[in-house]
Amino acid sequence: MARASDNRHKLLVTSVAWVVALAIFFPILWTVLTSFKTEGAAVAIPPQFLFFDWTTQNYAEVWARTDYLRHFTNSVVISVGSSLLGLFIAIPAAWSLAFSPTRRTRGVLMWMLSTKMLPAVGVLVPIYLLFKSAGLLDTRTGLVIVLMLSNLPIMVWMLFTYFKEIPRDILEAARMDGATPGRELLYILAPMALPGIASTLLLNVILAWNESFWTLNLTAASTGSLTAFIASFSAPEGLFYAKLSAASTLAIAPIVVLGWLSQKQLVRGLTFGAVK
Amino acid sequence: MASTHTGATARLMLSPAVALLLLWMAVPLAMTLWYSLHDYQLLMPRGNDFVGLENYVYFLTDPAFFQSLANTFALLAGVLAITVIGGVGLALLLDRPMHGQGIVRLLVVSPFFVMPTVSALVWKNMFMNPVNGLFAWIAQVFGMRAIDWLAEAPLLSLTLMVAWGWLPFATLILLTALQSLDAEQKEAAEMDGANAFARFIHITLPHLARAIAVVILIQTIFLLSLFAEILVTTNGGPGTQSTNLAYLVYSQTLLRFDVGSASAGGMVAVVLANILAIFLMRLVGKNLER
Repeated sequence: MARASDNRHKLLVTSVAWVVALAIFFPILWTVLTSFKTEGAAVAIPPQFLFFDWTTQNYAEVWARTDYLRHFTNSVVISVGSSLLGLFIAIPAAWSLAFSPTRRTRGVLMWMLSTKMLPAVGVLVPIYLLFKSAGLLDTRTGLVIVLMLSNLPIMVWMLFTYFKEIPRDILEAARMDGATPGRELLYILAPMALPGIASTLLLNVILAWNESFWTLNLTAASTGSLTAFIASFSAPEGLFYAKLSAASTLAIAPIVVLGWLSQKQLVRGLTFGAVK
Repeated sequence: MASTHTGATARLMLSPAVALLLLWMAVPLAMTLWYSLHDYQLLMPRGNDFVGLENYVYFLTDPAFFQSLANTFALLAGVLAITVIGGVGLALLLDRPMHGQGIVRLLVVSPFFVMPTVSALVWKNMFMNPVNGLFAWIAQVFGMRAIDWLAEAPLLSLTLMVAWGWLPFATLILLTALQSLDAEQKEAAEMDGANAFARFIHITLPHLARAIAVVILIQTIFLLSLFAEILVTTNGGPGTQSTNLAYLVYSQTLLRFDVGSASAGGMVAVVLANILAIFLMRLVGKNLER
């Protein structure tokens, strides 16, 4: 009896949750569906939901007419490049903060966090002018540097919260056994730190991929990342819904999938460890 | 001896990050401050005279400034209200046992990973367009007038599309917080005869308080610099109806080439963000001591 009502309750919760989830997901679904329509079908009223002539023509056209591949490569280089470069600097810093804490550790961490709160518009003018005189405007190098710097505080913080959980007793035991610092790092710490480093990398690739303040302000549409490429569709081309949808689907698909894989880390990284 | 050695190594490991962040923060900020006190027009031959606070007076008395300030806060308040209330509701829903929970979660979190330019253009064209948009079709089905969303209610439209992107973030964080709520505590309250509403008010909500605060403050940081959505949908218009502080500074710099007053605007944004940041720092700092 109680079991039957439990089951009915679960069924109710399930259906409500699915309706809500599909409603939230709908704009993405609609974009993907539209990307397989002809331009005529894309603007048809009443809208055609599933029964239309499916075509991959839009993907072929986006591929042929625009430099999609170059923008895609730019996005990959910028997001992965800035994240790897950031790791290179953040790992030693987080390591030292987690394993050799001093009186100043807390202050240093809070100060790093405070740099993330600096609104980008506050430094847009000087960065733009500095980049202009250094010839870094409209270059991948420039964006790698800017995105690395703007995400560095998040990286240090994330890594710090992971490293802090590595038990220090293990380190001390290894030292007692005569492990050299090199061996200590390679055999004991690296395996324990790797999951944290991987999640930090993943989250920062996602953040850099979708970053759209610096990418839009420091690059022109023709040489920018996918964010800038899509922004160029805001012009009359945006009226071609099917092509806009195909380009959008191509731009978001890789990162939505990556995002699905990193939900948990996302919470931890974006709240600076305040919610786990 | 060993400890002084490791101390020096530790400092050496930390210094590149500290030096880079110091440069990243201090140098441009000092430059912004410097420009904001000078008459610096990119298109003019470099006069670059010291003008004191003139840029600030110009920027702060510009009617566009007050409108942009009001818009910044309206966007902030609207998006926060939708995401926090909706996020709590969604988190409570997703926390219940159901079939296909994993897939439901994936569907709900997805919008957060959609890049702002894509989300803005999809909403603008495929949903809010007065002729071909889905909303126009729905209005037509119900026999109502189709609304030109971005022209007639630009701020509301922007609020809706931005809230769509941030709702998953709020939901995910609140759900994580909810899952750490002690099941025993909930059961005990149930045994004591507390009804669902009382349990929510007295147990769940206090437990979520910190997560809600974190959501509000982190979103505030990002929402204060909202930019891409405005750039690709309304360009701040009609007029300055949807211009926020970030977009105003951008248009002063890259459209009007007035570096001096743009810098003054940048400084205003920095001060505003700092006031809000103090609260977040306290919150996260408390967590660190635990």
